[in-house]
Amino acid sequence: MFFLDKAWLIPLLPALSFVVILLFGKRMPRHGSEVGIFSVGASFVLACGALIRWIMRVQDAKGGTALGALGRSIGHLGAEGGEAQVLPVLHHLTWFQNGGVRLTVGIQIDGLAVLVMFVVTLISLLVHVYSLEYMRGDRRFTYFYAALSLFTASMLLLVVADNTLQLLVGWELVGMCSFMLIGHWWEEKPNSDAAVKAFLTTRTGDIGLLTGVIMTFFIVQRATGVGSFNIVALNSAASNPKVGHTLVLWCAAALLLAIVGKSGQFPLHTWLPDAMAGPTPVSALIHAATMVVAGVYLGARVFPVFFNGFSIGAGGINPMAAIGGITVLIGAALAFVQDDIKKVLAYSTISQLGYMVMALGVGAWTAAVFHLFTHAFFKADLFLGAGSVSHSGSHHSFDMKTDMGGLRKYMPQTYKTFVIGTLALSGVFPLAGFWSKDEIIANAGHNDYKLFLVVGLVGAFMTAAYMARCVYLTFHGEYRGAHAPHAIPHVDEAEHDPIDTEASVEHDAEVHSPHESNRLITTPLWVLSFFAVFAGFLNFPHFDKFEKWFTPHFPPAFADISTLANPAAFNVFLAISSVALALVAFGTVWAYYEGKLPQGLSERNALAGKGKKFLVNKYYLDYLYEKVVVDGIKGPIASGVYWFNQNVIDNVLNYTGKGAQALGRFTYTVIDQKGVDGLVNGLGTLTGESGSEVSKLQTGRLQFYALMLVAAVVIFAGALWIFT
Amino acid sequence: MHTWFDSWALTLVVFIPAIGAVITMLIPREEEEAIKWTALLSTLATLGATIATMARFDYGKTSTLQFSVTKNWIDVINSHYHVAVDGISLPMIALTSFISLLCVVYSWNHFPEPHNPKAFLALLLVLEVGLNGTFVAQDLILFFVFFEIVLLPMFFMIGVWGGPNREYASIKFFLFTLFGSALMLLSFLALYFKVDVPGVGHTFDMVLLSHAAGAGLVHSTQLIIFGGMFVGFAIKVPMFPFHTWLPDAHTEAPTVGSVLLASIMLKLGAYGFIRIALPILPEAAKSWAPWIGLLSVIGIIYGALGCLAQKDMKRLIAFSSVAHMGFIMLGIATLTTFGINAAIFGMVAHGLITGMLFFIAGSIQHNYGTRELSRLGGLLKSAPKMGWILGFCVMASLGLPGLAGFWGEFPAVLSTFNPGGNLSQPLFRTYMVVAAIGTVLAAGYLLWMLQKVAFGVPKPEFADAHLHDVSSFEWTAWVPILLLIVALGIFPNLIFRVTDDAVACQTAAPFVSKTTTPVSPSLKCPGAPATAQVTAKVTADGSGG
Repeated sequence: MFFLDKAWLIPLLPALSFVVILLFGKRMPRHGSEVGIFSVGASFVLACGALIRWIMRVQDAKGGTALGALGRSIGHLGAEGGEAQVLPVLHHLTWFQNGGVRLTVGIQIDGLAVLVMFVVTLISLLVHVYSLEYMRGDRRFTYFYAALSLFTASMLLLVVADNTLQLLVGWELVGMCSFMLIGHWWEEKPNSDAAVKAFLTTRTGDIGLLTGVIMTFFIVQRATGVGSFNIVALNSAASNPKVGHTLVLWCAAALLLAIVGKSGQFPLHTWLPDAMAGPTPVSALIHAATMVVAGVYLGARVFPVFFNGFSIGAGGINPMAAIGGITVLIGAALAFVQDDIKKVLAYSTISQLGYMVMALGVGAWTAAVFHLFTHAFFKADLFLGAGSVSHSGSHHSFDMKTDMGGLRKYMPQTYKTFVIGTLALSGVFPLAGFWSKDEIIANAGHNDYKLFLVVGLVGAFMTAAYMARCVYLTFHGEYRGAHAPHAIPHVDEAEHDPIDTEASVEHDAEVHSPHESNRLITTPLWVLSFFAVFAGFLNFPHFDKFEKWFTPHFPPAFADISTLANPAAFNVFLAISSVALALVAFGTVWAYYEGKLPQGLSERNALAGKGKKFLVNKYYLDYLYEKVVVDGIKGPIASGVYWFNQNVIDNVLNYTGKGAQALGRFTYTVIDQKGVDGLVNGLGTLTGESGSEVSKLQTGRLQFYALMLVAAVVIFAGALWIFT
Repeated sequence: MHTWFDSWALTLVVFIPAIGAVITMLIPREEEEAIKWTALLSTLATLGATIATMARFDYGKTSTLQFSVTKNWIDVINSHYHVAVDGISLPMIALTSFISLLCVVYSWNHFPEPHNPKAFLALLLVLEVGLNGTFVAQDLILFFVFFEIVLLPMFFMIGVWGGPNREYASIKFFLFTLFGSALMLLSFLALYFKVDVPGVGHTFDMVLLSHAAGAGLVHSTQLIIFGGMFVGFAIKVPMFPFHTWLPDAHTEAPTVGSVLLASIMLKLGAYGFIRIALPILPEAAKSWAPWIGLLSVIGIIYGALGCLAQKDMKRLIAFSSVAHMGFIMLGIATLTTFGINAAIFGMVAHGLITGMLFFIAGSIQHNYGTRELSRLGGLLKSAPKMGWILGFCVMASLGLPGLAGFWGEFPAVLSTFNPGGNLSQPLFRTYMVVAAIGTVLAAGYLLWMLQKVAFGVPKPEFADAHLHDVSSFEWTAWVPILLLIVALGIFPNLIFRVTDDAVACQTAAPFVSKTTTPVSPSLKCPGAPATAQVTAKVTADGSGG
């Protein structure tokens, strides 16, 4: 049981690596990258060990299939039997006490945790390797690796957390790492703007996390009498009648806001495309495969809260499914009008995260987590592919229209892996995305969420279409980049300026024409492509290992969740429809770009033109947030408050001072000609007329002290006398 | 085992700096090295005495007053020299002794104009006497005297070593706080005359008054007396709308003055609420708490908005204190152990983090000769180490978990969900949401400042300037603070363990209701039953009369 019991080592290793790289990285032969790769590699091995041990644990517990079914039914009653042993591995120790309550830090290792740990460590490892080449000679190479390590550690801390408070800690830390890495090239203002925007937008969602986590504490308190952030306790308390539905509903709503912020759901998705200002390996790791799924992970982790809060079992429509569904469509629509290959992928990520949230919203727990799992591989594949293109094919540009085209001839491996990723993302049989997306669609129908079944199918069509456009513009047609024949020399902003001149000269020689990237880049691409092809088979109909191994053990009271979370039977009709839709989308887009369909629709048709403008402006949400909300607060509101501070509140004080001064002058001149002459001097300085003769000042002040003291005594004694 | 040290520990902690100040005054002005070394050694000795106190402190009985000394002082009014520490005071004297030492280190070759290390360091030492004294005093008159001792050195620091508008700022600071002190003193006198502690009679002793918990006072009298203390403490905190002295004082104060002001002096007010106002007048506290909570959340939002309007980096940090102290006061206003613990944690965390920010602002001013945000930029390029430290402090200040600031903020917000003392839940839950929104605004102004100061490239006027990065004196002063910010962030129990029982027994006990966060059954409160009984009696009396 080493791998499960000692799973806390998995986040700890990269955390130590962060400290080591920070302190000693610059002096190391490979500038700290070796420490990062070693520690994440070790974490990956441990995560694989945990994954295997967990599967063995489930297999042992379930025995044969017939016995397993029996064990499961007994297990739900909490009695002895096979299922009871597939409880999560829990360990914790006291973190701090407050109000007599001991709060813990610990691990909860179960199917969900081992699965996500595997994904995070694998992709992090590949990104570490890839970055050796991609970030070579970068001005902050060591710092980049330190941040990658810290990010990996934070994400794993979030994943292993056995309580919502620890989850919140990991959540905020990944947010900060994201800030550091988006703003990696902070010399340029757009990059630091994007970093600040990402942090502030997710922080807005974190209003929900903060209040939601607080409510989880009180949900447990109402159920058990002692407050706790423990996730196991929370999941069983969520259905406890003592808690009351209102609190659970508020908690679910607050946590949904957190998911909306972190997982790029409508309407807080706007930060994610801007986050592409960071280095591409970061986009792959943080803004596609891992951090942004933290929201979905939270949803899956405390699913009973959502299930009860939003009454997901009742069918129809609920906020979670609705937000997910809207996000599927609006994200996909925006992906059509992007010229930047990374932004296409960013909006695609938004749309796919929408699928996951929607799946949770319709009660398809397994499908949501399955899609999280498969999506991580093909999306990382696509992002790293885009990075490979910009690194070796388009002279550090990401603009598909001006700098790419026809690259399949120059970059065959990148092309092949990119196409595999595209097919997997579009849900083409039999690649990974097909299985997971289909499961979401089938379950939406199965759980009486017909509307979201339609949304899923429309989304599948749009996904295939925008990805076809992306592949065509990047890899087909004629090369349009700076080194294309007859092209006007294109001056693009170098993405990174190597500090090592020798390396840069060598590098410049390499980029004279588009070429394939080296093995440090293509190997990760192929590994990810492998998973993009095969990961889906885990839940092959009648094989269903994914479901067996990773479906959660929700508390006994949740028999209905367990039913809902178990996937619907494979639906051949839906599967054929969705693949057919994807193929039609491919065909249509291809025909359009080959010139076989009418062009320039948006120029000729006013309505289509307006629609396109609406999309190009991203539904004007950025305008609303940046120009109206942020500028409004920073501009008129903040200035107004400050004006009020300086001119109203402060003047009360100043006029009190002046009034006292006038009173003093009156007392002196009229009542007591022979009064102490320091008084006026002293008070005069209140308006700043006198110099720095401190001794003189002090005399005056003491007079004033006495005056105030007497006044206060009189007022106060009077009040006491009146009221008592 | 009772040793010689136990009866002298606190007296040493308080008065070693006073001895240092006297020696400093006796050394001729020209002997700057000797003066600096005297100051350094006295603050070092104070910290040593504090650490020895911490080492001998019984952490199993944090709610008991330890190292207690009672000597006759002013017999005619039955006022004693009564000093003692418990889990509430201990973190505060540790913070004071720690920051004072680092301030001397930082000052070593950073003396602002008009230089004069002799006067500057002597004042700093006197200030330390007042601060530590306030945190250990258990007699209201003694408390008042120490509370007032703090004023004069700070007044001179701002008035003599301050910026261009120092006259106005220093007098405003002095008069404003003095006004509050006067009302506070009146409240103390009223307590003396009005409260008849059974078996003792009239007294200024804070312990006895807390045990009496306002016995014999009708509710309206309690409200007025609490009101007087409220004004005194709220000005010191400062709470909205009594905060306007703070930005001016900070903007004009020399760096070390700002650090001491932010790190420790602001804590005197909040400490006063926890130590004096709440335990001595619990019934009045319940009536005042909703208003304190309201002013706190206004402060959180208002301070944040004030920050966004600033053009001067230091003034921005000053306004951020208004917002941060809002979280601390909100924790106190919930009248729960959870919230008050958070407040004490927040006091220490804010002391470290904001103190660091003021240090950095001082060094930036020293480097660039300006703190205007529009002229700064590219600090990470021109002085990378300082830029990174600024980024770290910004993250700590905006409450990033894993660093100290978070543990002041999050539990305070949590405690508003179920306030103690039968306070209105809907009201405090509204405060909770407003406070949570405040955390977003905090991230907003802090990141905005970081972006302006650290990111980008230096402005043309400073492009070729020769800027020094963190100096060795700065490193010496800063590294301990930075390490503590991390350590407290990862191990919050370093403070919570110390404060928890003390707060539960001495401050929050009267407010425990069935809806409050439960107090652990293992809690050991010496004398707690008595307090509870007295409170119950008062409640009965209050409703009867």
